[in-house]
Amino acid sequence: MTQRASMRVAYGKALAECGALNPELVVLDADVSASTQSHYFAARFPERFFNLGVAEAGMVDVAVGLALGGKVPFVNTFAFLLSLRAAEQVRTCVAYAQTNVKLAAGYGGLSDSYDGPTHHSICDLAVMRAMPHLAVVVVADAVEARQAVPAVAEYAGPVYLRLSRAEVPVIFDERHPFRIGEGVLLRQGSDLTLMGTGIMVARCLEAAEELAGQGIQARVVEIHTLKPLDRALILQCARETGGLVTAEEHSIIGGLGSAVAEVVGERLPLPLERVGLQDCFAETGGYNELLARYGLDVGHIVAAARRVMKRMP
Amino acid sequence: MSREIVVSFHPESLVAELVEKVRLLRIEVVKMIHQAGSGHPGGSLSAAEIVTALYFHQLRLDPAHPDWPERDRFILSKGHAAPLLYAALAHRGFFSREELATLRQMDSRLQGHPDRLRTPGVDMTAGALGHGLSIGVGLALAARLNDAPYRTYVLLGDGEIQAGVIWEGAMAAAKYRLDQLTAILDYNDVQLDGPVHEIMPLEPVVDKWRAFNWHVMEIDGHNMGQILDALDEAENIHGYPTIIVAHTTKGKGVSFMENQSAWHGRAPSDEELRLALAELEEEMGERGGRS
Repeated sequence: MTQRASMRVAYGKALAECGALNPELVVLDADVSASTQSHYFAARFPERFFNLGVAEAGMVDVAVGLALGGKVPFVNTFAFLLSLRAAEQVRTCVAYAQTNVKLAAGYGGLSDSYDGPTHHSICDLAVMRAMPHLAVVVVADAVEARQAVPAVAEYAGPVYLRLSRAEVPVIFDERHPFRIGEGVLLRQGSDLTLMGTGIMVARCLEAAEELAGQGIQARVVEIHTLKPLDRALILQCARETGGLVTAEEHSIIGGLGSAVAEVVGERLPLPLERVGLQDCFAETGGYNELLARYGLDVGHIVAAARRVMKRMP
Repeated sequence: MSREIVVSFHPESLVAELVEKVRLLRIEVVKMIHQAGSGHPGGSLSAAEIVTALYFHQLRLDPAHPDWPERDRFILSKGHAAPLLYAALAHRGFFSREELATLRQMDSRLQGHPDRLRTPGVDMTAGALGHGLSIGVGLALAARLNDAPYRTYVLLGDGEIQAGVIWEGAMAAAKYRLDQLTAILDYNDVQLDGPVHEIMPLEPVVDKWRAFNWHVMEIDGHNMGQILDALDEAENIHGYPTIIVAHTTKGKGVSFMENQSAWHGRAPSDEELRLALAELEEEMGERGGRS
């Protein structure tokens, strides 16, 4: 787990590559292309790049019009703006109207750590997951960010793609078969399952290693698609391991933990712990320090796993 | 001041034919809303001439092929005027006039507000105010990228342009010099809670759009000749999006509904329907509508 790579740079370059292959792809940004890295696309395809200024709601509606005109628009800005300021645009004109708009949400979670809670995005997944017809995807590393771009572009329908500002550990290699809607088994284990999304996937793998040292064999699964959710895999893990820990860079309300709890609560109730922000805002600070202070460290996953083990019959 | 168009360049026979169609659509609107038991008569009646001019003269459409890629696009941004749009589509041949009686009923293709996925000829879902202009910007940008010949028309409500997101679209349209985009403002000066000039004044509205780098025309929105001329002029403007500020009367054509915010969103009773139809069936010509 030593190699790290920038997720946003991988995304930005992949977007430009995808634009070379797909002439229908267009890109919009709201004055943050230097941050989201949509500038790579802008430099190569200026005629297909639209900078709408600080106008996130209007930008989403412009993308809707482009989609109605047959284009495949990728809308770029920070996750909190896309999911909250433009939420009604997303609900009415993207989700309800089922327009083929791709919402690329940069700076997910606490990754813009020093800018503080105004720029953190800790409830976007809750809001986006509640939108009918909208797929919700959270990528875990730079490789997956690169793979997600063509997959999202080809997906028939609107997608919310959550990215990160951070340089994060590379956990996948290029042969990783990324398919929207399919969870990924990353480590076998039979005592319990750690289910992670986004940057927490790497931390789940580290936690599993640590748990192995304590004699606990944890299975690790990545749920990159919160919607449509891979219910079959979640229920399989529940049946086979009997206990679950979810881990996400998001409030414990409404994101991966809620999604998994909904599935097992209805079909197969079992000991479950949710790692994430405990219904609070964070603060300004270094990224790793914030993750540690707000309950998103490897140690928090390990502790949650031990609590689950204790609760298991 | 904006240029006043006094003389129509269109033949009187065309204007007369369209004015008669306006009357028929108004009758449909009050019948539909009465039948449904809910809906928005005021803003449907105010826009009747505008929508008639678009659907029965201006828009290049093919009712047999609602998804024809080169068709002109129309976005009813003030989606609560859905009954008027449905009446126009039915009379234009997109679906049967009998279907109009299903407005707002379960399983109907005619939802309370327009749904592009259910209703043939509806280009975009609408209802929540403020979206249409930016969506029109996107459609016009797509036309440019695709080298497609269609024009995009957006009908805005006056209360609707109180929404800040409208002005995001206004800036974008001017930035990209979208001369394929025409907005029409149904300026009836009445919104749900009362007069627009009291709730949140728009004036000087022509100056606002001009300051946003739009080509602005100001017309009588019940004068068919002026509407047709303004739509023609918009087609011949290069380098600027156009907005036609159309002064209208909320509830136009039904005396007791006119200028009444109470008729923004309520259905006529049986007796009110009878009175409304009596007015609409006996005249139009003398009350206005002719150029």
